[in-house]
Amino acid sequence: MAGHIPLQYSSTKAGKRSAQEPLIVRFLLITAALAFLFLFLLLPLLAIFITAFEQGIGVYAASITDPDALSAIKLTLLVVVLTVPLNALFGVAAAWAITKFDFKGKSILITIIDLPFAISPVIAGLVFALLFSAHGLFGDFLFEHDIKILFAVPGIVLATLFVTFPFVARELIPLMQSQGSAEEEASLTLGANGWKTFWFVTLPNIKWGLLYGIILCNARAVGEFGAVSVVSGHIRGLTNTMPLHIEILYNEYQFAAAFAVASLMSILAIVTLVLKNIVEWKAGQHG
Amino acid sequence: MAKKKWKKHSILPGFGLSLGFTTLYVSLLVLLPLAMIFVNTASMSWADFRATVTEPRVVASYQLSFGAAFAAACINVIFGVLIAWVLVRYSFPGKRVIDGLVDLPFALPTAVAGIALTTLYAETGWIGQFLSFKVAFTPIGITIALTFIGLPFVVRMVQPVLQNFDQEMEEASAILGANRFQTFIKVIVPEILPAALTGFALAFARALGEYGSVVFIAGNMPMKTEITPLLIMTKLEQYDYAGATAIAAVMLVISFFLLLFINGLQWWTNRKFAHS
Amino acid sequence: MSIQIKEVSKTFGSFQALSDINLDIQTGELVALLGPSGSGKTSLLRIIAGLEESDNGAILFGNEEITHIRATERKVGFVFQHYALFKHMTVFDNVAYGLKVRPKKERPSKKDITEKVRELLSLVKLDAFADRYPAQLSGGQRQRVALARALAVEPKVLLLDEPFGALDAKVRKELRRWLRRLHDDFHITSIFVTHDQEEALDVADRIVVMNEGKIEQIGSPEEVYEHPNSPFVYDFLGNVNVFHGRLENGQWRNGAGGENHGSLAYVRPHDILIERKKPADDAVQAKVVHVHVVGRTVHIELKQERTDQFLEAELTKERYRELNIKVGENVFVRPNQLKVFIPEDYSI
Repeated sequence: MAGHIPLQYSSTKAGKRSAQEPLIVRFLLITAALAFLFLFLLLPLLAIFITAFEQGIGVYAASITDPDALSAIKLTLLVVVLTVPLNALFGVAAAWAITKFDFKGKSILITIIDLPFAISPVIAGLVFALLFSAHGLFGDFLFEHDIKILFAVPGIVLATLFVTFPFVARELIPLMQSQGSAEEEASLTLGANGWKTFWFVTLPNIKWGLLYGIILCNARAVGEFGAVSVVSGHIRGLTNTMPLHIEILYNEYQFAAAFAVASLMSILAIVTLVLKNIVEWKAGQHG
Repeated sequence: MAKKKWKKHSILPGFGLSLGFTTLYVSLLVLLPLAMIFVNTASMSWADFRATVTEPRVVASYQLSFGAAFAAACINVIFGVLIAWVLVRYSFPGKRVIDGLVDLPFALPTAVAGIALTTLYAETGWIGQFLSFKVAFTPIGITIALTFIGLPFVVRMVQPVLQNFDQEMEEASAILGANRFQTFIKVIVPEILPAALTGFALAFARALGEYGSVVFIAGNMPMKTEITPLLIMTKLEQYDYAGATAIAAVMLVISFFLLLFINGLQWWTNRKFAHS
Repeated sequence: MSIQIKEVSKTFGSFQALSDINLDIQTGELVALLGPSGSGKTSLLRIIAGLEESDNGAILFGNEEITHIRATERKVGFVFQHYALFKHMTVFDNVAYGLKVRPKKERPSKKDITEKVRELLSLVKLDAFADRYPAQLSGGQRQRVALARALAVEPKVLLLDEPFGALDAKVRKELRRWLRRLHDDFHITSIFVTHDQEEALDVADRIVVMNEGKIEQIGSPEEVYEHPNSPFVYDFLGNVNVFHGRLENGQWRNGAGGENHGSLAYVRPHDILIERKKPADDAVQAKVVHVHVVGRTVHIELKQERTDQFLEAELTKERYRELNIKVGENVFVRPNQLKVFIPEDYSI
């Protein structure tokens, strides 16, 4: 399950007892950890914002209101709107089937759900190229019916679906496993049908886990680069998502513009982290 | 009752619907596309396949990818355990914010991370200008990018183990005469080892396939700084679908084994947890 | 409503959880399913509720066969072992749930639901807790919410799975009495599962003793306690002393040897009489090993001189004073009432 970090309830509680190490050791350890985090996390983040404004606010504003930038933002939003709900629906269905029933082949199914985490995004893009390129499996069919998937929006959506599809399922499976089925059984004996049981009992119980999975899924869908890069074709104003647009600007040495768009995505990443922490805190309270 | 034998009876509804949808979705989105890799590879002759995947440029990319991913995962184990320890055991100002920040590599688009790191480590960059050796466009730069994207794995695997760790065990060890270092090596390390190993494997698997954050800092010189995913991309851009697919098949098989290894580790971790 | 269980069997994989269960329960009865873990009692309860499906056999509520009716439509009240309260709902919403999820045309009005829930909450003495969440309640309170929730749908049958299992000893006893009174007031046909013999003896009208997926004995608490029909039931209901002995001319003799030497006699600790002087031929000599006083009764551990077997006896405090026995002294013991089971190989 490479790429998956389970929802952690109640984080950062300091140990009940005071640390047993001498003060100097504690100080050195904290300093080393913070120095590493500063170097690897904070400095890159600062670099993005400072470089973005290096040539003044005018260039920044122009960069993010450029028509190509705007169309990249729109395409990214479109991809998110299409992929995240579908993968959330899949996640709930898969978690229901896997945690509420016993059937043969269950562990194989779980492993298959993990697969996209372990596979290089480039390969994720490649497989769709193999299906839909002119020489691919459906190449002739698509050509005859004049349908474009590769180097067009459908290809980008498919590749993004592939790389983001385990997030919600992976979050819900352990959660629903630990909750068991007793509450659902109670609901059924009280006369509620399946849908009502799901709606009134299961869904409220998994809502924080579901939201957490959706947040992670969303972050990845917005930022996916490798897989989308293979299938997009880099057609400016048409098939460029925000990360691809950044790449093009960067390769054209328009650093300020590249970092301006990157700063937008960094803000989104920070919002993601804040939301994620709020959900963890909420889940810790109610779970 | 004409119930299918492979499924245990349950009074909960929705089995057919949920499993049917799941299976269809997984088949169309994952299994069919992945099968294409093997179908296309199978259409190559064995000699062609072997020639493609053992070409010196390809072998050099394996070595670079494995070496850099391994180095990055090692750095992540050391600092990941340190960060988890500091976050769980000590209190200091700003701890909550820093704890939240650890997940940044998961939330930040890889391309954004890539250009930021390149800017920092370029010869004239904020950090690069102080270093006497080249970082960007060398394997060191690649390792730095891979360390960045793998950073949260070890921290997030080890942190809950340390949180649930029974501190009485440490006290018992101290009462029995062990010093702090002995306690750490003999009591704490065995407890967190499975989680740290799982974190290592996750970071390694992620680093092996990583593309976005590496392409900017790598320089992408064949034989020197060309990672395997990039090589696949290059072959695709030259319309060498067969070559790209063959290399992808090799990587896929490695990914499968890594996944099996990780699942095994996780099973081990869970078993360790079960008795506590 | 009466319940009839006819030839119900159930296997989980290769494990035979229930084999050929036949059981009739009268309207208004309070029945205990008693047995050790793995005896199949919970499986049987879940099959009656429709939460599991039996492999074969039939279940009737009144004259209606409900074997293939789904749990949702069986209209039973089920109290789960760990209560299964809806964590995200208040006590009020938990109790109201069964009424709220009814199809529109059968659903009572909001006002009626509120009234009904208030009534039930006052019955379980939780009026003041309506707006609390389950996590804010004690174990005993949760148990009562679970019961109120089950009663809200006016079930004709009430099923309780280890209803007091997760509670501490004092609360357990209180709730036991309270359940008994509740049953006396409402007369809902009720079945509860327990592994605690004291609980079954204390609360139930009838006890069904189960072991390894089979029914060992059905009877009133007095019957199963005083007249167990198998060594298992004897052993499971209360402490028991086992004497190895033999049968001679229809008379049981203590000690091995002779024909039918394999027969066993079961004697309850309070049916062991202790004398200082040898009162009769069948009395045996034993040494007092240990004496401990628990409230008004005195437990005495003895070791038989001839066989080196240990015995447990129970005396009243008065009798203990009268005898004035001390550890290490030799006394004579005699079973007042014993039950002999002959292993099947030796049956006469």
